[in-house]
Amino acid sequence: MLLKRSTRGAHSAKPPVLIRSQCFVDILEERRLRSDLGHALRTFRPSPYKGGPSCSAADLPKIVLESQHLRYVVKEIATETGASPEEVREEASAILEEMSQNLQLGFIRLLGYIFTKVFKRLFTSINVNMEGLKALQQAIQESPVILLPNHRSYVDFLVISYIMFTYDIPVPVIAAGIPLAGMKIVGAIIRRSGAFFIRRAIGSDKLYWAVMSEYVRTIIKTGFAPLEFYVEGLRSRTLKSLMPKLGMMHMVLEPYFKGEVYDIQLVPISLSYDRVLEESLLALELLGVPKLKESTTGLLKASKVLQDDYGIMHVNFGRPMSVRRLCRGKINLRQYNLIPRAEAQACVSWLAHLMVRIQEEGSLISPWSLMACLLLQAPTAVLTEQGLPWHQLTEKTIWLRKLALDFGALPDPDVMSSAVALHHSVVRREAGRVYLVREEEPERKRPISPEEDVIRSAAAVLMMVSYRNQSLHLFVRPALLATAIGVTKTAQRDELFAFFCFLRDVFSNEFIFIPGESSQDFEEACVLLRKCGAVHISEQEVTASDAGLEALSFLQALLQPFIDSYQVMFRFLCEDKVHVFAEKQFLPAVRNLATKLILSGELHTYETLSSDTQKNVLSALRRLETLAKLES
Amino acid sequence: MNAAMASNSSGGGSDRQRIAQQRLRIIAGHLRRPVDVDSTILAAECKAQDSKTDVSSEGKTVPRRRQEIMKWNGWGYSDTKFLFNKKGQAEFTGKRYKLSGMIMPALKDWLEDTFGTNLQHKSPATPILTSSAVQPPTLNEAFVEELKSTGIPFSHDAEDRVFRAHGHCLHEIFALREGKVGRVPDLVVWPNCHNDVVRIVELACKHNVCLIPYGGGTSVSSGLECPPEETRSIVSLDTSQMSRILWIDEKNLTAHMEAGIVGQDLERLLNESGYCTGHEPDSMEFSSLGGWVATRASGMKKNIYGNIEDLVIRVKMVTPQGVIEKSCLGPRMSTGPDIHHFIMGSEGTLGVVTEVTMKIRPMPEYQKYGSVVFPNFEQGVACLREVAKQRCAPASIRLMDNEQFKFGHALKPQVSSMFTSFLDGLKTFYITKFKGFDPNCLCVATLLFEGHREKVLQHEKQVYDIAAQFGGLAAGEDNGQRGYMLTFVIAYLRDLGMDYYVIGESFETSVPWDRVLDICRNVKLRIIQECKDKGVQFQPLASCRATQTYDSGACVYFYFAFNYRGLSDPVHVFEEVEHAAREEILANGGSLSHHHGVGKLRKEWMREAVSNVGMGMLKSVKDYVDPNNIFGNRNLL
Repeated sequence: MLLKRSTRGAHSAKPPVLIRSQCFVDILEERRLRSDLGHALRTFRPSPYKGGPSCSAADLPKIVLESQHLRYVVKEIATETGASPEEVREEASAILEEMSQNLQLGFIRLLGYIFTKVFKRLFTSINVNMEGLKALQQAIQESPVILLPNHRSYVDFLVISYIMFTYDIPVPVIAAGIPLAGMKIVGAIIRRSGAFFIRRAIGSDKLYWAVMSEYVRTIIKTGFAPLEFYVEGLRSRTLKSLMPKLGMMHMVLEPYFKGEVYDIQLVPISLSYDRVLEESLLALELLGVPKLKESTTGLLKASKVLQDDYGIMHVNFGRPMSVRRLCRGKINLRQYNLIPRAEAQACVSWLAHLMVRIQEEGSLISPWSLMACLLLQAPTAVLTEQGLPWHQLTEKTIWLRKLALDFGALPDPDVMSSAVALHHSVVRREAGRVYLVREEEPERKRPISPEEDVIRSAAAVLMMVSYRNQSLHLFVRPALLATAIGVTKTAQRDELFAFFCFLRDVFSNEFIFIPGESSQDFEEACVLLRKCGAVHISEQEVTASDAGLEALSFLQALLQPFIDSYQVMFRFLCEDKVHVFAEKQFLPAVRNLATKLILSGELHTYETLSSDTQKNVLSALRRLETLAKLES
Repeated sequence: MNAAMASNSSGGGSDRQRIAQQRLRIIAGHLRRPVDVDSTILAAECKAQDSKTDVSSEGKTVPRRRQEIMKWNGWGYSDTKFLFNKKGQAEFTGKRYKLSGMIMPALKDWLEDTFGTNLQHKSPATPILTSSAVQPPTLNEAFVEELKSTGIPFSHDAEDRVFRAHGHCLHEIFALREGKVGRVPDLVVWPNCHNDVVRIVELACKHNVCLIPYGGGTSVSSGLECPPEETRSIVSLDTSQMSRILWIDEKNLTAHMEAGIVGQDLERLLNESGYCTGHEPDSMEFSSLGGWVATRASGMKKNIYGNIEDLVIRVKMVTPQGVIEKSCLGPRMSTGPDIHHFIMGSEGTLGVVTEVTMKIRPMPEYQKYGSVVFPNFEQGVACLREVAKQRCAPASIRLMDNEQFKFGHALKPQVSSMFTSFLDGLKTFYITKFKGFDPNCLCVATLLFEGHREKVLQHEKQVYDIAAQFGGLAAGEDNGQRGYMLTFVIAYLRDLGMDYYVIGESFETSVPWDRVLDICRNVKLRIIQECKDKGVQFQPLASCRATQTYDSGACVYFYFAFNYRGLSDPVHVFEEVEHAAREEILANGGSLSHHHGVGKLRKEWMREAVSNVGMGMLKSVKDYVDPNNIFGNRNLL
C-alpha cells in the first residue's frame, strides 16, 4: 500500500489491476504508445440493437412529430388555447429542434482526437472494467440500453462516449441540460456528439413534456442508440450521491411498462475520480459564491486546470440489469391495458434509487477519501495550526481501509503519500505532519475579519468534505446503527431498529436509501458491524463489543457533522418567530447563525455552512410535512 | 319426418308450391317440439319420436363408440396420421384430406432444423390402453337402476369412459400417450333427444350425480377434465347422438338443430339443401354445435357470418332448475340482459344445450382464395389494420409470421398439381426480383373471399390495392388455399412431434390494434426466455398469426413447441412456460381468451378478467340455476 506509484510518463507494460475478479484496463496506455490521429480515424464498426426497425437520425424527428401521441396532444392544446393546430405543431417542431441531438461520427472522431490529447494530459490513467464493457456490447444488441452514470464532473459523459467510440460500441445519445446548448461552438459540438438538450424546469408545459417523452420513447423503441442520462439529475457538488430524479427515469421505462419493448437493460456506471477537475469551484459554490454560468469562455478560463495532475479515473460499467427482471412482482402492467397512461411512481422510484446504490457500490474508494474521513474528525484548528502527525494518519488510514474492505469496498490500490501529493490544493505534508491548506491571504489594508476567516477555513474544509463524501455511502448504514447505539444506550434490537429508522427517515435526503427497504438496511448495518467485530448480535439484542469501540466511535463521528448541522437549522427554525420565510433569506440567515456558533466554539463543523446541507434540511422537512412550500 | 328431405327446394316450382312446402316444414318442425314445459322438468316420452327420426342419423359421422374411428391418445381419425416412411420421408396417411397419401420431403429437415430432433430418437406412445390403468367406476346404483328403466343407452366400459375424460390440451394427450389415466367419468350416457336429456338431468338431481356434458371432445382448456376432488359418481353426458337438423326455415333463413351435431355434418347437410351456417371453427370436423354455444366459439369466416353469438337465434338448455329458452324467434329483443349470454360461454357449468336455432345463408355462389406476401410482419399488421378500418375484410384474412411461413413450406407435398411451388415461386419471383424481401422476415397473409362472383372480384381488388400500399405482393390462390387446409392437418402434426420428443400447443387472445405488434413480439420473446430459464436444451418454436380482424382489434394465435429431450418433467416445464406466456399476454393488454374459453386451465385469471362484481354475478347465476353443483365440471368459476 505504501509503494510508490509509478510516475507519469513511465508507462511500462503494467499488469491490469484486478479488483474483485474485475479486470480494469488503462485505456490511455495504448493511446500513449500509438498515434492519436490514427485512433481518431479508426474504423468504427459498432454492433447496434438487432430487435428494432433501423432508424436513421433524419427519420427520428419525423417519427416523433408524426406520432399519434404528439398529434393528439397538439390537437388538445390547440383546442385549449385557441391556437391553430398548425401553430402548435410549429411550436412542437421548434421544441424538437432545440432538443434534438445531431450525432455525427465526424465530430466523434474530432472529439476523439482532442480528448486523447486532453485526457492523456489530465489523467495518469483511465481505468475501465473490460468485463462490464463486454457485457454492455452484448446487451446493446439484445435490448434497448440505458446508460446511467453518476455525475461528478463535466467530463463524465465525454469520457463515456470516448470509451464507447474506442471499443466499437454505438455512441450514446445523452440527455443534457439546456444551458450547455447555449454555449458557443461547444454547444454545437456536444449536440453533434450525441447530446440532446432538455430544459431544467419544465413544470406544466404540456407540449414540452409531450415532445420530450415522445422523443425519448422513439429513441428507445427503435433502439436508435443507447440512451444516457444522469439519474441524479444534476452534477453532485458534494461528490455525494444525490436523490434520484424520477421524471426521466419514468419516461425511459414507459415503453417497457406499456409493452412497446420486451425489455430494457439498465447499465449503472460508476465514475470515480482521484481528484475532480472542478474541486475548487465546488466549495465556493456551496458557500454561496454564485455558480458560474456555463459558458465557453468560462471553460477556456478553466483551461488552467489542464496544467494539473488529476490522478486516476476509474470507470466501472455495472452489469446490465433487465428491467423486466427487476420489476417482476413490483408492478402490474395490466393497469396500462385500459388507459393510455398510468403512474408507476413507486416502482420507478425504487428502480432509480437502486441504480444510484449500484453506482455507489461500483465506485472505488481511494485512500485519499479515507484520509479525508479521518482528517475531518480532527479539530480544524489543529489541522491548520499544528498539523496532524503523518505516521498517526497513515496508521489510522490503514485501519480504516481494512474496515472499508470489511464493508465491501472496491479498494483502490493507490498509495497514501502520492494521494497527499496529488491533493496539494487541500493538504500539505511538511516535516512529518499534515496541514490543511487554506487559500492564500490576499494583500489587504485592513485585517481579515473573524467571519471572513471562517469562510476561508470553510472553503478548505468543504473541499475535503467532498472527498470524504466519496466513501460515505459505504459507512452510512453502520454509522446510523452506531449512532442509534450511542444515543439510545439500549441493546434492544427493536428499539434500535426504531431509532435507526428515525435517523434513516430524517437523513434520506442526505444519503441514498432505497424506499421501503429499512429493515434490509438495518440488517445490513448489523451484519457489517458484526463482521468488523464491533457488535455482538443475538435474536433480541445488539450489544457493542469492547473491541469495537474504535469503529463505533469513528462511525458516530462520521455522522456527527450532519447531526450537528441539522440541529443548528432546527434550532434556527424553532427560535425564529416568523412562520413563513423565503428560501433566499433562509440560507444566509442560517449561514450567519452557524458562523456565530463556530466563532463562539459551540459548533465544530463547517458543513452547516454548505448550501447543499441547508437545502437538504428543507427538503427533508418538507418530506416529513413539517414545512410546506407556499406558491407565491 | 326427415329434416334433410324437407330441405329440398330448388326444383324451380312455382312460388306457391315453395311456400306450401315451406309451411309444411315449419308445421312439421313445430309438431315435433314437445309441448312447452314451464320451469319444471317434464319427462315426456320420446322413444316413438326417436324411431321416427332415426333415419336421418344414418349418415352420422360420430358413432357412440368413438374409438371405432378415432384415436384414443391423439388427434382425429385413427386412419390418418403423419409418419416417417422407410425412406425417412414424412407421409400423411389415410384418404380423408387433400394432403392424405402425400409425401412431404421438406418436413424432416424442418423438424430437425427447428427443434433439433433426430429420427433416431423416438418417444413412442403406449400403443394400447390397459384397462387396469383405469379406476373401476364408482356407480350410483339407484341412478343406474332408474336410468336403465328409461332405455337411454349408457356404458361403463373403460375405453368409453377414458375417451370422455379429456380434451386436447398437451398435458392430457401427453398423459394418455404414457398410458396414464387420472379421474375418468364413471358412466357415459347417450341421450337421443332433448327429452332424454331432461330425464337424465332429473335423475342426476334426484340422486346427486355429477354430470359433465360432452360434445366433440375438442376442448383445449381442461374443460372436460374430471375434477379430482369430485367424490360423487361422474356421468358423462355425450350429446353426439343428438345430431339431427329438425327443420330449415327458408323464409327466415334459420335452421333448428339438435346440439350434438358436429360442424362438418351440419355444413354437409345444410349444403345439400343449398345452405350453410358459415360457422367454421378450425375444429369443425369434430366440435359440436352445443360446444360452440357453451364456449362462445368463433369461426374462420366470422367477417361474413359472425361469431356464434351473432348466429344463434334461440337456444334451449336443460338445467337442474328446468329448461331455459326464449319465447319467440325475434331477431333482437330488449328484454333485459340477454339470457343467451348466460348460456353462451357457460362451459357446461349450468346445463346441457340441447337444441339451437341458428341463422343460415344460401351457399356462396363463388369462393376464391388468395395470398399476399409482405416484406415483414409489421407491414402485414398495418395492412390488416387498414383493411379492418375500411371494413372490407374478406370472409377470412390471416397473417402468418415468418416462422409459420417457413413451417408452411415444410408441409409442401412432393408432387401435386394444385400446389404450385410456393418456395420456387417466391424464390425466383419475389426474392430475386424484389430484393427487399428478406426470406427471414417476410410473412404471408392468406385470404378467402366469398359471395357473388362480381362482388368477390371487386372486393379482391380493393383488398389487394390496400395490401400494395403496405408493400404487399399477391402470391397466388394456391398458397392461400393451402394455408387454410393446413389448419385441419396441423393438429395431426403435433402427434408426430410427440413421437420425436417435441411437445407443443396453440393458444389465443384478442388485443387492440395498437398492441398487436407488441404482444406478438413480447409473448414470443417471453416464451424463448422462459424456455431458456427452465432449462430447455433447444431453441423453442414461438410463432404467431393474426387470425381475425375486428373494428378495434385482432385475434392473435400463438404456436409454441419445443424439444424436451433432457428434461425430467417436460409437461411441468411446458405448463410453466404456457402460464408465463399467458401472464405476458395479459400484461400486454390481451384478453384471457378470444374463443378457446376458460375451462380450468385459465380459471385463476378469471376474477381479474371480469372484476369481483362480475364474478359475483356469474356465481349467483350458478347458485340459482344449479345449487347442488350437478353440472360439476368446475370450469370457469
